[in-house]
Amino acid sequence: MLLADITFVYMAVIAVLAALATVLVRSPVRSALSLVVVVFHVAGLFVVMDAMFLTVIQVMVYAGAIIVLFLFTIMLLDLRHEAGEPYLHKNQLWLGIPLAILLLVEAGWIALNTAPLSESMRGAYDAAAIAELGGTGQALAEVLFNEYLLPFELAGVLLLASSVGALLLARRRDEDALPDAPDPVDDVTGPSDEQTKGGAAIWPTR
Amino acid sequence: MADSLNAYLYVGAILFALGMLGVLVRRSLIVVLLSVELMLQGVNLTMGAFGVFNEDMGGYMLTLASLTIAASESVVGLAILVAVSRKVRELYTDRMDGMKW
Repeated sequence: MLLADITFVYMAVIAVLAALATVLVRSPVRSALSLVVVVFHVAGLFVVMDAMFLTVIQVMVYAGAIIVLFLFTIMLLDLRHEAGEPYLHKNQLWLGIPLAILLLVEAGWIALNTAPLSESMRGAYDAAAIAELGGTGQALAEVLFNEYLLPFELAGVLLLASSVGALLLARRRDEDALPDAPDPVDDVTGPSDEQTKGGAAIWPTR
Repeated sequence: MADSLNAYLYVGAILFALGMLGVLVRRSLIVVLLSVELMLQGVNLTMGAFGVFNEDMGGYMLTLASLTIAASESVVGLAILVAVSRKVRELYTDRMDGMKW
């Protein structure tokens, strides 16, 4: 089990370091990319504990969809950090850091005093049973579509509602536009008049 | 180490605490949302580890549910961020006090 231990330590250490970078690094793009590193190393931890389906879902949904959506938004809104602007709440540091340490101590205390259930209280899906069904995907499908069918359907309704809600929220309304500046989301047609001053305007102006 | 439940719980706790630190301390709204995703990573790791070590598929189910909710949460959060960016030029949490008493 030496190889598994080495892999676990590597995945855990890099995940925690990348999480620190996500929280502390200045630029939002670098923060999002550090979160991708966290996601991949948590997926590696899932590999170490033999939860292959969770690994695939983790990489596909988190790294493939959610973080890409974040990066799209960051680049679409042209979020960058102005020099001289502080990127941390200076007056919340004195409360935020002790609260985070308190939470860490509490959660670590609970984790220290937690043990797996005794053999007789465990569920039916040990490694042998999962292997007999053909893998974690098959075992998960069997449980998901029998015992947990209603939550599964409700998750579909939730996804529909959230996509409709996102469309409604992000839709552009004319009265919303700031008076002095072009809309950051719609203004993707090209450089504005000031930027092309002195030469022929190659982009059609709206 | 790789076959003890506690080791995974420690990593999950550290990720969760770091995410909460980011939510409390960062000014940029999008990094606050990213920190919420970091907290969800810690939760996913914890629930997945409980499912595997207790040999119960309920842990997988909870992880799948939290993944779905994380996806919808980030979609709606980013839509709100896009809507707010039309009203406020800089997306800092302390600039958005319009609804504060």
